[in-house]
Amino acid sequence: VIHQLTTLLAEGGDWIKFDVATFSQQFWDNTIEGLAQGSIYALVALGYTLVYGVLKLINFAHSEVFIVGAYGVYFTFFDLGFRPGPTPELAIGELIANLLLACVVAMVISGLTAVALERVAYRPLRRKGAPRLVFLITAIGASFVIQQLLFIWRGGNPEPAIRLLRPKEVFTIFGASVTNLQILIVVASLLLLLVADTFINRTRLGRGIRAVAQDPDTATLMGVNKERVIMLTFLVGGALAGAAALFYMMKIPAGAQYQGGFLLGIKAFTAAVLGGIGNLRGALLGGLILGLVENYGQSLFGGQWRDIVAFVLLVVVLMFRPTGILGESLGKARV
Amino acid sequence: MSTQETTLPAPAAGDPARRRPPTIQSLRDRWNNLTRFQQWAALIPVLVLIYALPILNPPLLTTEPGTNFPIALFNAARFALIAVGLNVVVGQAGLLDLGYVGFFGVGAYVAALLTSKDSVILHHVPFLAVLPIAMAVTMVTGVVLGTPTLRLRGDYLAIVTLAFGEMVRLLADNLPPLRGNSGFQAIGHPPGTQADGNPIFSQTNGTPWYWLMVTLVVVILVLVGNLERSRVGRAWVAIREDEDVAEMMGVATFRYKLWAFAIGAAIGGLSGALYAGQIGFVNNQKFDVVTSVLFLAAVVLGGSGNKVGVLVGAFVISYIPDRFVQIAEYKYLIFGLALIILMIFRPQGLLGARQRLLARGREAYQRLIGRPEQVSSESALAAEPAKGAGA
Repeated sequence: VIHQLTTLLAEGGDWIKFDVATFSQQFWDNTIEGLAQGSIYALVALGYTLVYGVLKLINFAHSEVFIVGAYGVYFTFFDLGFRPGPTPELAIGELIANLLLACVVAMVISGLTAVALERVAYRPLRRKGAPRLVFLITAIGASFVIQQLLFIWRGGNPEPAIRLLRPKEVFTIFGASVTNLQILIVVASLLLLLVADTFINRTRLGRGIRAVAQDPDTATLMGVNKERVIMLTFLVGGALAGAAALFYMMKIPAGAQYQGGFLLGIKAFTAAVLGGIGNLRGALLGGLILGLVENYGQSLFGGQWRDIVAFVLLVVVLMFRPTGILGESLGKARV
Repeated sequence: MSTQETTLPAPAAGDPARRRPPTIQSLRDRWNNLTRFQQWAALIPVLVLIYALPILNPPLLTTEPGTNFPIALFNAARFALIAVGLNVVVGQAGLLDLGYVGFFGVGAYVAALLTSKDSVILHHVPFLAVLPIAMAVTMVTGVVLGTPTLRLRGDYLAIVTLAFGEMVRLLADNLPPLRGNSGFQAIGHPPGTQADGNPIFSQTNGTPWYWLMVTLVVVILVLVGNLERSRVGRAWVAIREDEDVAEMMGVATFRYKLWAFAIGAAIGGLSGALYAGQIGFVNNQKFDVVTSVLFLAAVVLGGSGNKVGVLVGAFVISYIPDRFVQIAEYKYLIFGLALIILMIFRPQGLLGARQRLLARGREAYQRLIGRPEQVSSESALAAEPAKGAGA
């Protein structure tokens, strides 16, 4: 039996390739695409990390918070008068105004979804002091509920693609073209992450979040309103997921599908764990690394191995750094 | 967490009528005070009833005409086996496994590769011999996956197992010998033919499969029950309750976690192989993470750590969509809502875990201070504080 298997694996060699030529040829293309993909991961990962840092809870339903944002983007575009079909030629000011509006709508919708989720599914459990596994189960339950509600509302097919911005080469770097879309995604994501980082580390509310992450009881004694901080955490995480949904929809215009958040959610969570969950900069690093490695792996081994490469990376990193690359830090003492 | 006031139906069906309204706790004490022999004597009629179900086809319980009743029962029994296996990992040892479907898939593919005519392995193996092979292969898979990952803490372990489950599915997509979407036809079945020459274990007749499955569930339950009462089981409970303390007390935590993982994996592989045999067809569509989550839901719904509980949970998860086919479309919505509501109002599941270790300790203590032996574990249950609250 083993002999048969080995001969078969040796013969059918085309199921996996090891194509160094393509890899080195497309290296810079993949780098740029990986960074764009990675910044979306990072934005979603930040939501996982924030909630984990404060509540020690895997918010399994965060992928649904994200996909609700994607629907928000779709309907904003639709209500603004854009229809599936050819990309309209917009003046730059008009384009930015429309995108900003969609971004705000998505952030609000996702943020409110996250807060509602916290209210309905997590707060009653927290009151009871339930074990952590229970939180995960309700999170899974909430994830099912949101998915199925979307399914009942819009059916199983993805919403048709609405494009506002046609990707156009702006400049080349080492022979790889960089499109305006990629620049927009990376720059806007980094900006948002910077704002989030500043918010957590520099503002009064952010200090509250860090205090609750470190020691909820002591934070309460020091006058921090724990419930409000938790709500704020969900709101910020959800809003970032909403922003990510806009970029995702610009990259994959037909992305609004009821199950569409699932794989991205797993990937983003992988990114969060990779960088060190509960660590804001870890989420950024993990997201970018995951985006890059996925794209490199895709060109090296073939497109069907993309997801496997991501998961193998996760297992390997955790073997050597059991708390992620940067380690957990939101909860650690930092003045 | 006291269960004294609860009015849920009794888990042990073999108990005689009582004067006071029975509670789970009193029934449990009563049950535990019976000798092993008496317990079996009470269980045998129940078992006979369970075996007779597909023939009796009771009017209210039946899933027909929507779903073939014996096949619905087989699927319930399959879920029961899965839940018992996953319960070893999640309920006993407290390891959160979100990728259990991976082991289930490995078992199914082992059966397919070794018996199907589509398989690249031309040397076919009899189906009954496949079952131990599938268990062995999944056990090895469990050890291979567990060795690097079981050093991780709970949540990291959850995501790694989730990734593993996805990897099995993606490998089934991508590896040519596993045939992706086209899958394997005509997977083997146990030997034996009826008078008319058709095989006893056919795909359309669920009854023999159901009997086989129930038998295996009983055997596995006895084996797992023995393990639970052994040093291994005590080590699992210690790890579940507090891993650091267990480690300090000299429990080889890693080794016992690996044991739990491997045993759980083997049971998952067994159920996967049986599933492949009954359906007669395996492809890459049946091993997604949602299925994994359903498995976990069965365990948690019934009460993780409680064997009777997980059986009930498995039955509910598998039976409800078959029985009420008109709501099958909303299956996941209802599951989702049920999970949230149940967890909010009864976080320990329908039937909570017994804190046997604590109960035993109290018993020993009482014996030590010379008070009469008292098997009740009420106070032990109440004394157990909820661990690791969210914030």
